[in-house]
Amino acid sequence: MTDTATGTAPSRTAATRAMPSALKLGLSRGAVETKMFFREKDAVVFTFSFPIILLMLFGSIFAGPLEGSGVTVSQLYTAGLIGAGVMGAGFQSLGIGIAGDRDDGTLKRLAGTPMPRSAYFIGKIINVLVIAFLEVVILLAIGVLMYDLDLPSQVSSWVTFAWVFLLGVTGAALLGTAVSSLPRSAKSAAAVISMPFVVLQFISGVFIPFTQMPEWLINIASVFPLKWMCQGFRAVFLGADGASLELTKSYELDRVALILAAWVIGGLVLCLTTFRWKGRRDG
Amino acid sequence: MKNAIEVRGLTKRYGDVQAVKGIDLDIRRGEVFAFLGPNGAGKSTTVEILEGYRKRDAGEISVLGVDPGRPTREWRSRIGIVLQTANDAAELSVLETVRHFAGYYPNPRDPDEVIAAVGLSDKANKRVRQLSGGQRRRVDVALGILGNPELIFLDEPTTGFDPEARRQFWELIEGLAQTGSTIVLTTHYLDEAEALADRVAVIAGGRIVAEGEPATLGGRDTAKAVVTWEEGSVETSTPTKTIVELSRRYDGEVPGLAVHRPTLEDIYLKLIEAPRD
Ligand SMILES: Nc1ncnc2c1ncn2[C@@H]1O[C@H](COP(=O)(O)OP(=O)(O)OP(=O)(O)O)[C@@H](O)[C@H]1O
Ligand SMILES: [Mg+2]
Repeated sequence: MTDTATGTAPSRTAATRAMPSALKLGLSRGAVETKMFFREKDAVVFTFSFPIILLMLFGSIFAGPLEGSGVTVSQLYTAGLIGAGVMGAGFQSLGIGIAGDRDDGTLKRLAGTPMPRSAYFIGKIINVLVIAFLEVVILLAIGVLMYDLDLPSQVSSWVTFAWVFLLGVTGAALLGTAVSSLPRSAKSAAAVISMPFVVLQFISGVFIPFTQMPEWLINIASVFPLKWMCQGFRAVFLGADGASLELTKSYELDRVALILAAWVIGGLVLCLTTFRWKGRRDG
Repeated sequence: MKNAIEVRGLTKRYGDVQAVKGIDLDIRRGEVFAFLGPNGAGKSTTVEILEGYRKRDAGEISVLGVDPGRPTREWRSRIGIVLQTANDAAELSVLETVRHFAGYYPNPRDPDEVIAAVGLSDKANKRVRQLSGGQRRRVDVALGILGNPELIFLDEPTTGFDPEARRQFWELIEGLAQTGSTIVLTTHYLDEAEALADRVAVIAGGRIVAEGEPATLGGRDTAKAVVTWEEGSVETSTPTKTIVELSRRYDGEVPGLAVHRPTLEDIYLKLIEAPRD
């Protein structure tokens, strides 16, 4: 190459400099994604207000204690909606978000740069963790302030919370990433992704207790992570008093861990095999 | 290596549309090369295969010594891309966007300098979403040249530019060419190709129908000139001689005298008319 320029353009001999690391760029993408999310006001309002409105709605319709336990219905809903909120951030928001990135050319633009592809996913996971964490904090605040929810005092409960939250968010995020390849366009994404999520919430014990559901529906719900995530959160926030309300009279934390972990692995495999960097029109 | 890009026997089909029907091409290092051709001719398909975006059906390709079918990060850091269509207007300011993308490259240019180069300094703190179409296009160009690339692809970069912005863009490209960058662009503006390109290729129906310098493309330099005046016109390869004769006939000024040599547009239109299959 004849680099005879005397101008200000930096010399290209420095091109041998090291590539920026995937982790550093992932963190940088996480910061940018989060910034963009909070600047998109209607998305912020929609994401956070949905579980909050549902919690306040159910909390005021079904007040009072559940028979045979020291647990109130609103406390039950708080735990359930935390599960739904985490799943919403990981599965629904992320799935729709990535479908949008694919449709509007964001993914294509990124794929044309030397950004390592993992940095995109690290950024999305950071974004989802931030959103899910805020969602949990808001729902807990409402539960504590309005519905006499007691925050657990033992460290072991918070340890349980931490792993249920992390496994739950990760599994949901991987599923959301995988499902983002299904809608043909960003326009259809909201419908394609939200519909199964709403159904899942109804059969996973978020709104309707399992004691009032037919067994075959419970069996279907048991395949998906949301039921187990909610069960884990009930173990944390309802404590021993609530265990008698479970179908098996136990929170079955070992099974919760097993099934959530299985979804993390399954979701990862699904993402690696089905993820598309191109839209349907990109040849 | 002398050539930045070498292509042999490139073909690509989409379903039953044969978009590229066998293209051979050499683009030299440091050259400004323009693809011309009607809508649907196969320009973007060819360029996006060279950029490593699309898979080819057949053919041998080398871009900066690498097969774009197997792109690496290192190779990506050496090329810059401006796509034909981009609708991803983020809730980030121009400066935030350019700074963020600069982080992807091992040896990026200074973000402020790049923003100035595309004439967006006074919009640096505006959200990309709030920019006009032409201003957004300039952000695309900024991101394309940001990594200090050896080779830059620009697919219809100036669509939506006002005349002043287009001139400014031409200067930018000339500046990049002077630093030794290889530039490959597609355009529908023949004046743009004429002003910028060292060589052009005309693609029609998935084939290169002509290739050469803008001044000599399709025998433009040897084509006959047309001399017109108030009472007639004549096609000739010796227009000066014709004018001298006319001047003698009118005893001085020839009323309504004009000499017309074929423009790039005349040649282009003739070229794309011929091979339609
Ligand atoms: N993703 C795709 N799927 C199916 N057909 C495609 C696809 N992309 C391009 N084509 C077809 O391939 C042909 C060449 O398209 P291409 O986009 O390469 O043309 P072009 O020369 O860039 O045109 P323009 O000047 O309009 O940008 C067209 O007939 C087009 O319809
Ligand atoms: Mg095109």
